[in-house]
Amino acid sequence: MILSELKPTDEILGFLKNDRNVFILSCNGCAQSSGTGGPQQMAVMKAKLWENGKTVTGTMAVDFLCEKALVNSRLRGRRDQISISDSILVMTCGIGVQAVAASVPLTCHPACNTLNLGGTRGEWPGSERCDECGECVLDYTGGICPRTACTKGLMNGQCGGSSNGKCEINPGIECGWERIDKRMESLNQLDKLKSLLSPRDYAKSRPAPKIVNTPIFAVDTFAPKEVSVK
Amino acid sequence: MSLQTVLESGAFAVTAEIGPLKGTDVTELMAVAQVLLGKVTAVNVTDQQSSVMRLGSLTVSHLLLEKGLEPVFQLTCRDRNRIALQSDLLSASVLGVKNVLAITGDLPQLGDHPQAKPVYDLDSVQLLSVIGKLNSGFDMNGNALKGKTDFFPGAVVNPGANTETSLKFQLLKMEKKMEAGARFFQTQAIFEPDRFYEFMKRAQSFRVPILAGIIPLKNANMARFMNKNVAGVHVPDAMIKQMADAKDKTQTGVEIASALIRSLKDISQGVHIMPIGWEAKVPQILAGAGLIKVEQPAVTLQQGGG
Repeated sequence: MILSELKPTDEILGFLKNDRNVFILSCNGCAQSSGTGGPQQMAVMKAKLWENGKTVTGTMAVDFLCEKALVNSRLRGRRDQISISDSILVMTCGIGVQAVAASVPLTCHPACNTLNLGGTRGEWPGSERCDECGECVLDYTGGICPRTACTKGLMNGQCGGSSNGKCEINPGIECGWERIDKRMESLNQLDKLKSLLSPRDYAKSRPAPKIVNTPIFAVDTFAPKEVSVK
Repeated sequence: MSLQTVLESGAFAVTAEIGPLKGTDVTELMAVAQVLLGKVTAVNVTDQQSSVMRLGSLTVSHLLLEKGLEPVFQLTCRDRNRIALQSDLLSASVLGVKNVLAITGDLPQLGDHPQAKPVYDLDSVQLLSVIGKLNSGFDMNGNALKGKTDFFPGAVVNPGANTETSLKFQLLKMEKKMEAGARFFQTQAIFEPDRFYEFMKRAQSFRVPILAGIIPLKNANMARFMNKNVAGVHVPDAMIKQMADAKDKTQTGVEIASALIRSLKDISQGVHIMPIGWEAKVPQILAGAGLIKVEQPAVTLQQGGG
């Protein structure tokens, strides 16, 4: 799950300044649940572009714009519309925009900002966060992650900015370390808090090369390079 | 005498803080250094205090050394990753800096570049461990150094934590900082000696020099602002009223600071004055506390001698 928000209309129109004919492509996956893609949002965007003097050459919602093979096969049927377009406005996350750009030799404008999930899994309603650090310390901290619960991600206890159990950056945020400390106290494990936790090894939080370079969906490997527009 | 010698001998130390300004003009800064010369044991140089971008603490530490003042080089983890932190420490050592105060650092959101990337690659405890490694001739990954450092590392503690839980955990963190190599502590500003005494009773077993923080009040609003916005600082109502009622607020602010030092003198091993623009008043505050002789105008001296 990836979370996105629509860019302001002025920003989008700025992107389209030199384009007269625009094809709109949107995603029925994460973007639709974020309220930024899918047929409904696309209809709204289409109306906005017409209002602002653009010709919308065609619109299409694809199930997953991050899936290049699917993008390719779906766009094939719209070759006529795409070939008369100056650009494509893509209503989805950064991955989807890049997947479309890799599939079509036309300018692809992003209609959305992809939001940082802060360790959440999209719109999952829980309050727990995982930063995927590759060196889990939850044993030392009572099942509360200091990397995500502390605003500074401190590993060795609360900073001097904690006041009345709240974070100095925003009194609406609980001091993560105070939560950890209290929890450890209740578990009678205060001794564990005396361990000096070492600096994080950022090499462990880089994705493994096989994840970066190997398409998860093997079908991607067989996808044609690009949809021809000429 | 160096800060380390004074503190290790058990004597009373006075440190004052100066904040580099935004820009390259150091005239004012050097004038302040001149005022502090001979009046204090060492001078802390803040590092991008409150996350506001300014002239660097290492450069100003170097300027102080040239002037004959011993600097306490403040180093925060907010703006540098572990490579830059270690490199700046090596640079500091080459420039002759001995004292380093290891600080995690305020969040960038509080300063004038809220868009900045907060680094926090290390935290203050980890930075202290790294300083220890450099002192033993190795970088934090165990690679040998050609020429080791000889730092006297210090850290900060906030004794004014306003819940029992946070006080307990400030003490726990203080212990951790000591284990990581902190040899002295400077505290957040103290306005209630009684509460500080309670903290000291609990920190006594650590047997580490603690310098109590002093911020001279300029007016009642400043006190109210700190109570509202600065974690761990609490100016009692009576003191705020005293400032509000004062005819000569400057004189009253100086007197309150002197009185605080007098009452903290016997329960701490030093004071750390954070004058926030009132650096020139530090000698007056210290004289009021009986820590240095009152300076007499030259004429008076001649008369006295004649």
